[in-house]
Amino acid sequence: MFGLNKKDTTLFIIVAAMTLLAPFILNPFPTDSALAQFNAGYPDLMQRFVIFGILAIGFNILFGLTGYLSFGHAAFLGVGSYSAVWMFKLLSMNIIPAIILSVIIAGLFALVIGYVSLRRSGIYFSILTLAFAQMSFNLAYSVLTPITNGETGLQITLDDPRVLGVSVAENGNPPVTNLFGLEMRETFTLDLGAWAFQFNIGFYVCALIMLAAFYVSVRIFRSPFGLMLRAVKSNQHRMNYTGLSTRPYTLAAFVISGMYAGLAGGLMASMDPLAGAERMQWTASGEIVLMTILGGAGTLLGPVLGAGFIKYFENIFSKINDNILHTWFAIMPDGLEDLLVTIVHPFVGKGWHLTLGLLFMLVVTFLPGGLVEGGQRIAKALSRKKKDEPKTPDASE
Amino acid sequence: MSNSNFTRRGMLKTSAIAGAGFAAPTIFTASSAAAYTNEPTGSSVTLGFNVPQSGPYADEGADELRAYELAVEHLNGGGDGGMMNTFSSKELTGNGILGKKVEYVTGDTQTKSDAARASAKSMIEKDGAVMITGGSSSGVAIAVQGLCQEAGVIFMAGLTHSNDTTGKDKKANGFRHFFNGYMSAAALAPVLEARYGNDRNAYHLTADYTWGWTQEESIAAATEAMGWNTVNKVRTPLASTDFSSYIAPVLNSGADVLVLNHYGGNMVNSLTNAVQFGLREKVINNKNFEIVVPLFSRLMARGAGENVKGILGSTNWHWSLQDEASKAFVKSFGTKYGFPPSQAAHTVYCQTLLYADAAQRAGTFNPCGIAEALEGYEFDGLGNGKTLYRADDHQCFKDVLVVRGKENPTSEFDLLEVVEVTPVDQVMYAPDHPMFAGGALGTCNPGA
Repeated sequence: MFGLNKKDTTLFIIVAAMTLLAPFILNPFPTDSALAQFNAGYPDLMQRFVIFGILAIGFNILFGLTGYLSFGHAAFLGVGSYSAVWMFKLLSMNIIPAIILSVIIAGLFALVIGYVSLRRSGIYFSILTLAFAQMSFNLAYSVLTPITNGETGLQITLDDPRVLGVSVAENGNPPVTNLFGLEMRETFTLDLGAWAFQFNIGFYVCALIMLAAFYVSVRIFRSPFGLMLRAVKSNQHRMNYTGLSTRPYTLAAFVISGMYAGLAGGLMASMDPLAGAERMQWTASGEIVLMTILGGAGTLLGPVLGAGFIKYFENIFSKINDNILHTWFAIMPDGLEDLLVTIVHPFVGKGWHLTLGLLFMLVVTFLPGGLVEGGQRIAKALSRKKKDEPKTPDASE
Repeated sequence: MSNSNFTRRGMLKTSAIAGAGFAAPTIFTASSAAAYTNEPTGSSVTLGFNVPQSGPYADEGADELRAYELAVEHLNGGGDGGMMNTFSSKELTGNGILGKKVEYVTGDTQTKSDAARASAKSMIEKDGAVMITGGSSSGVAIAVQGLCQEAGVIFMAGLTHSNDTTGKDKKANGFRHFFNGYMSAAALAPVLEARYGNDRNAYHLTADYTWGWTQEESIAAATEAMGWNTVNKVRTPLASTDFSSYIAPVLNSGADVLVLNHYGGNMVNSLTNAVQFGLREKVINNKNFEIVVPLFSRLMARGAGENVKGILGSTNWHWSLQDEASKAFVKSFGTKYGFPPSQAAHTVYCQTLLYADAAQRAGTFNPCGIAEALEGYEFDGLGNGKTLYRADDHQCFKDVLVVRGKENPTSEFDLLEVVEVTPVDQVMYAPDHPMFAGGALGTCNPGA
């Protein structure tokens, strides 16, 4: 279908189903139960899942195919966000022009940075991209404050011109982002028994765009262009000796990857019209690398899984406080309860970094291929005879 | 194509499920059914405490969280009631808010706008929080304030000192109890004049971001008005940890006062460098060289240790104050945690009580009702004396403390002493003051 082979079609359909049914899949626990803490099916987090999914898919086109490890991808994300917010401020609150501009600007940015950075490979390339990203961050944080509003971040205000829209909505507040009148924040809640499922317009817009992005990425992976990029990864010198210049290919991959990041940044601003400089910080760039490695670099699905995994920890585990721990262990005797809370305490709430770090270590040590490898091993074990089951490597969600 | 069958079946399945969902519109609770965002319908009401638990301001965040927990305990009738007993409004009776038990959720802002907004959004969308409070930096406070305005919940700002929070970025749904850069300057200037004279040359080192700039602007304006000359204003990158290269030129500039517009770790490092360079022993133009740190906090003083002795600055509140309210707060905080609260803890405790009281007086959790109850509200008994929540910009006006690093601290918490309490009239400014101009409150947004 659509020029995909059977295996890829299946994969694409699985991804599509998982994405579109995310409000159900991510909300497995009834709203009033104690486990509702682990539900992730609320609009903001679902939007983040798919937006960071796009980012990781784009990063994977560069890192997974060519092996060039960029430590500066957050810069494109930030540039995309700023472009989108400026479009909201100047033109209209429709997300289409904003997203188009953010992709174009991020692409141009990637062209310039890529042109310089790709003269080197390996660690030097990583350092160059890191330097550019950190430069962008510092520019955005202080020097370019008139454009970026510095530390405070760029927001839409009541006195923006908005040529093709209104400066102030009817209720006296800044207008909200929309797609031809369809408001991004519009949410329907479906109450089914004890469950409440939230369907958010913004999420579905992001999800459809992510599916398109995923489709394009599959096509790139399977194209002759993709093959050329893989060849760069396996032995660039040999390619050069055969008289083939690899620069145009790597630069194209870099720009495409940067445009994906710009798209993600534009979408982020479309869901929540704010652009802050922290989005470009080196930690943000590092996070993208982590997502891709955690999920499985070079695989199609891996980066999306990795992105979801990290965002889940950031948003769900960081919110578990002592109070919640006490309600969990309330059935235990007092002394035991306090002991358990003390043991669990360092790993939740502000300790979510620690838990994530430990899991990252486990994944990298035991599943070098990332979460995707874990999935493959489970699938393999299941397809074998049932008695092999105990050997299944620990499942990672 | 052999696989088209599969697709069609998949499509049919998906659309059947979707169809089943959409065909039964009666089970949709349209979001407009509620009068306002997250109207509490059960027996409890949820507040969202969004503070930095990791990153450079984690200390402040931890102290804020302690104060929030204390406030919730008091609101629900636990503990000794703290400042609820001294608060001028007697609406709160320890029976929750409007008879609903107060529950809370917490989140980590990481001192990043994005993370703070994500965390606040999850509180609003997932946990049904009707009010968000917190923030230990102005960037985060302004970002979350904007979000709350869009979402239609109240934002009670925590530790945010930039003029912009209630200046050019003010919002109808946002309220600030903490003081700001202008007030620091207005409170400090007379004290500086009295101690250091009106013929001084000041040199500014400023953290290079919004807060630093607004404070630098405020201090320069206030000191120049009393006759000081500003020799130079130097911006330092936020990430700097070594300020030696910025301190050396101060010596040759002819300046005799150094103003450090730094906060947190920045201030600790720059002050330490300045003292190591022997600035404080210098005599320039026959005057002792002086260092001023406009925004002081106990946590910073502890970081800077010995170096902080004798240095003047301003603060929103200090635990050594001897009024009934402060004593009650210090007592109940100390009983629970074993040490005195910081100014960050104080301001967020006040904000929580003020919100609860406003809801109680308004008889609703509707953000518009609460905003109306808070606007122009005058109260007393929360540790800062008579205080006004001004309607024009949602800024609290109260006395400002000028403090000095204590020469002989008696404990690790007893680091600052109050030099003067600057009365509120001196720190008052017009809502359209140029340093605060350029924004608009807009109208309150109840969401939904």
